[in-house]
Amino acid sequence: MSRELSPAELMQALRRLTPARIGLARAGASLGTDEVLRFALAHAQARDAVHTAFDPAPIAAALTALDLDVIEVQSAAASRDVYLRRPDLGRTLSGESRDLLSQAGATGPDLAFVVADGLSARAVHEHAVPFIQALLPLLARAGLRVGPAVLAREARVALGDEVGALLGARAVAVLIGERPGLSSPDSLGLYLTFAPRPGRHDAERNCISNIRTAGLAYAEAAHKAAWLISEALRRGLTGVDLKDESGPALTAQPAKERIGPA
Amino acid sequence: MPYRTTIGVHSWVFGDLKDLMAKATPPRAGDRLAGVAAGSAEESVAARMALADLPLKQILAEPLIPYEDDDVTRLIIDTHDQAAFAPIASLTVGEFRNWLLSEAATGEALAGVARGITPEMAAAVCKLMRNQDLILVARKCRVVTALRNTIGLPGTMAVRLQPNHPTDDPKGVAASVLDGLLLGAGDACIGINPASDNVAVIGDLMRLLDEIIERFDIPTQSCVLTHVTTTLELIRRGAPVDLVFQSVAGTQAANRSFGVELPMLREARDAALSLNRGTVGRNVMYFETGQGSALSAGAHHGVDQQTCEARAYAVARAFDPLLVNSVVGFIGPEYLNDGKEIIRAGLEDHFCGKIMGLPLGVDVCYTNHAEADQDDMDTLLTLLAAAGITYVMGVPGADDVMLNYQSTSFHDALYVRELFGLKRAPEFEAWLARMRLVGDDGRLLDGVGTPLLAGAREIAA
Repeated sequence: MSRELSPAELMQALRRLTPARIGLARAGASLGTDEVLRFALAHAQARDAVHTAFDPAPIAAALTALDLDVIEVQSAAASRDVYLRRPDLGRTLSGESRDLLSQAGATGPDLAFVVADGLSARAVHEHAVPFIQALLPLLARAGLRVGPAVLAREARVALGDEVGALLGARAVAVLIGERPGLSSPDSLGLYLTFAPRPGRHDAERNCISNIRTAGLAYAEAAHKAAWLISEALRRGLTGVDLKDESGPALTAQPAKERIGPA
Repeated sequence: MPYRTTIGVHSWVFGDLKDLMAKATPPRAGDRLAGVAAGSAEESVAARMALADLPLKQILAEPLIPYEDDDVTRLIIDTHDQAAFAPIASLTVGEFRNWLLSEAATGEALAGVARGITPEMAAAVCKLMRNQDLILVARKCRVVTALRNTIGLPGTMAVRLQPNHPTDDPKGVAASVLDGLLLGAGDACIGINPASDNVAVIGDLMRLLDEIIERFDIPTQSCVLTHVTTTLELIRRGAPVDLVFQSVAGTQAANRSFGVELPMLREARDAALSLNRGTVGRNVMYFETGQGSALSAGAHHGVDQQTCEARAYAVARAFDPLLVNSVVGFIGPEYLNDGKEIIRAGLEDHFCGKIMGLPLGVDVCYTNHAEADQDDMDTLLTLLAAAGITYVMGVPGADDVMLNYQSTSFHDALYVRELFGLKRAPEFEAWLARMRLVGDDGRLLDGVGTPLLAGAREIAA
């Protein structure tokens, strides 16, 4: 029989069971200095992720090199500050961007991409290109007509509805920076909507969450996305009705039973 | 009916009571987003002046959302207690504020009128009150509830131990539960927000918490915060349900967006009561609310978000809950933009709940896209503790790794206990002493000799 773990060793072992911040030292009743600073750093990184400006140029170059047509647009929220206060504006194109997409014409692809900064430009900078790179061969194998990739600034998920409608896309995949947590400031989400048009509800989308190096790996996420996109196009729908036949990482919407913004 | 105030040569006109209430509300993002906020600082004070002159009876006579259209309005009107209302029936809103602050409004007097106070009355007087008023009056209110321990006694504050895990991993959850217990948290309840809505997974979590509570004979209650219909289904399947949880809002349409109708809550409460799991009481419901939830669902009917929130407390009140808390900073900066707005809203929610007779706790919290930080949370937690808050959250290190937001930590609770000398629920504090986790003064011991470590060793193995 092995020797009994000391309380410190025990806490080390428990810590391996959860990413939660357990076993933190006390200074009196309060937190010790190390943890106060560790927390401050995590919060600073999450804040910076929210306020980092979207830099579409490197993404545009990389996606062009992957043979995707690239169009850059902006939502009706003219700044980060307005974006955070006015979710409605982040769901609508600016007048100029609407004209631009109208001129591009409804080419009617099977799938259009929208790469949107959302609440973490960092997530998009780091993960959008490698994820798309992993996904494109799978879509090509399925014989799908894909593109363009629309890079959208100050954008929320529902902006993809207007973009998809203007392009005449059968489906739209919005890759967007998710609300950053302290332990996940760089999480990328994918929202798939069949027959996109303004007014679609969130219950009519499917979501793959937590795409990042420390979360759902690119290859795995691409595999799930390709399955989902093919099924959506074959069955002509997305949303709750796709949920039942999907694997564990494919839920219609995060099932968190908590009051939150629609 | 329009309302008027004249300031100098300018006459301010407010179209109806809904407009008057909205414009009298201290500034916040959600009312601006909804387009119901005052257009200027002076207009807001003019609205407060007109509101101060309004008789409480007029609020009863002019429902903000029509009786025919909304079952929450019907609940408010149909259950209004005229006898309880009698002592304040002749007052205007401004006089009501003065009375609440007066020595005549003792804890007993406040408890006596609680069922006569409608949410709209609470919201109206709240708009005339400064933060210090909200703190002082709430502190006088006493609301005591009980199930497997007693919550809300004078000089106590409880903590909900919130051991969330991103994939509901049982060992991960258990590790956080142990961490919280070792830090003296968990008397309000041990309550998990599950990541999954899978009935089997949720049933497993219920059994996990029940086993921990049974094994160590902990005088507390468990809760898995899932949809009321899922909890009902699990009760039918024989799961050990102490508390029925549901998010609720202040309008029928907003509740519908949560998939909730009032009869469902009644059915779930009856089912939980039939299990007879209480040892010292029979309060079996747990509700969460939050300013902005109705607007977020497009279901606010042009009513300001603070008034919608108070109406949610009328829903909660109808089911004799053990616990009710606002998730004040969770819903996002489009509703409460910064630390100042979150602090104000937290004090408002606590005040309104308490004067309506509810065991109000607050999830003192923020998201990373709001203009807020730990300092703001320290401020709100301290003010709420001064105001006699029923309970707060205990999240390991304040970082909820499943819901991606920051709440209060086990250590934060220890801080306010230290500051104000606040005790835990008495049954729970006695248990902590038996477990050799706290001394006679309620302060944590080093925990080396506690029998809980045996449980920790099993989980870690």
